[in-house]
Amino acid sequence: MLTVEGLRSRYGRIEVLHGIDLEVKSGEIVTVVGANGAGKTTLLKCLSGTQPVSDGRIVFRGESLNSVPAHRRLAHGLAQSPEGRQIFTNLTVEENLRLGAYLHSDERVDRDMTEAFALFPILREKRNLAAGGLSGGQQQMLAIARALMGRPSCLLLDEPSMGLAPLLVAQIFEVVTELKNRDVTVLLVEQNAYGALRIADRGYVMETGHIIISGPAAELIADPRIREAYLGL
Amino acid sequence: MDALLQFIFSGVTVGAVYALVALGFTIIYNASDVVNFAQGEFVMLGGMITVFAHQAGLPLALAAVLAIIVTAAIGVALNKLAIEPARGAPVVSVIIITIGASILIRGATQLIFDKQLHRFPAFSGDDPIRVMGATILPQSLWVTGGALVVFAGLWLFFTRTLTGKAVLATANNRIAAQLVGINTGAIMTLSFGLSAAIGALAGVLITPITLVSYDVGVALALKGFAAAMLGGMGNPKGALVGGLMLGLLEALTAGYLSSQYKDAVAFIVILAVLFVMPQGIFGKSSTERV
Repeated sequence: MLTVEGLRSRYGRIEVLHGIDLEVKSGEIVTVVGANGAGKTTLLKCLSGTQPVSDGRIVFRGESLNSVPAHRRLAHGLAQSPEGRQIFTNLTVEENLRLGAYLHSDERVDRDMTEAFALFPILREKRNLAAGGLSGGQQQMLAIARALMGRPSCLLLDEPSMGLAPLLVAQIFEVVTELKNRDVTVLLVEQNAYGALRIADRGYVMETGHIIISGPAAELIADPRIREAYLGL
Repeated sequence: MDALLQFIFSGVTVGAVYALVALGFTIIYNASDVVNFAQGEFVMLGGMITVFAHQAGLPLALAAVLAIIVTAAIGVALNKLAIEPARGAPVVSVIIITIGASILIRGATQLIFDKQLHRFPAFSGDDPIRVMGATILPQSLWVTGGALVVFAGLWLFFTRTLTGKAVLATANNRIAAQLVGINTGAIMTLSFGLSAAIGALAGVLITPITLVSYDVGVALALKGFAAAMLGGMGNPKGALVGGLMLGLLEALTAGYLSSQYKDAVAFIVILAVLFVMPQGIFGKSSTERV
């Protein structure tokens, strides 16, 4: 579904991605784990078009995305729930969700919103409040729900567990596994390597702009190098 | 008492124009974080183009519509030719670009048209209407009515339409807006066009009262900016209240004190308000949850 070949990207003169190869097949949950500063977020930004690519190819459902601007990529089926929970703080929860479906104006929008509320009941309670007043966990839920409103076939999730209490992290990961039943393919970027690998089908480990290990998630969890470096086991 | 009412009438009329100019500042500021100092020139263009289109034989209403459309196109061109290429430059640089653009527009206007003062007939004649001992020009009603219609229309646009919410979303978070599929470049174009059109409308409405020449934009930009700051930059409600307050302050000072002090008193009050409320009356304090 999503193929990345030799992807390079730089901030000014400093290259931060040194040729990333990655593949996500339809229906999979694939995770990219690694320490802070490994380039995981930059990778996702390249995929969503908000960070320029200096070399390499991004192919999504058979089409090259390299020259597709960020605001057109959702129409191709690729949505991103960005890091730092980039929600529209001055708009209400419901308006945020409605804007998630900005490209759609049919009756399915209402249905999708009902589904989003079913997924995250707390958002229904707060639907008329300004999104900026939500707690961190609720903002994260809103960011995911908003991305789903765009009816993506593939969802890019950037650090959904960042800064959240363990109970909320478990809840968010549960929702991510739930997405599999909805035919949404997920590329999950996480520092919480253990949590991410437990729900993923396959995983990639990133270090300073390179993919250093990849394989089925179960094997990665069992790999002694990863257990020591990333899982603290 | 009659005098007070008279001052209020004239203050509201001028204030409505300031409010429209401030609204123009607000729309562009929200979409791009840029204070567009060419905003006053849009008002001037609205008046000047109407004058010359009317002289050339067009009916007044048609001339006014033409002026608004041409000015909106100039606003879009300003964005495409000067603001968009400078994307990524510091905000101060972009603001200086808008000052340059305002000088260019002013210069081009005196070349293409002339340096004389002009007016065209008021829409509903010049016979003052008597209200409780004071008088009001029919054109003043057009000005305040026009401003109210614009504010009400924009309020509906921002609260009831998806495109309006897309503008608010772009203002709030450009990257996130792109991620939900909003073409933020097009939103910028829309904002400049809209803001120029609103400025031009203000020019069309006020010209029969205050006359127009190529250089009226500077003072209007300054007053409109002051009104926007007073109300809280970025807030349409603030633009309305700030504009009306500024107009009333000027009219009351001119009436009870001296017209020579009207600008000074207005700005002293603005400074005093901003001293206590640096964000303006309706401005949001810039705290964010992290």
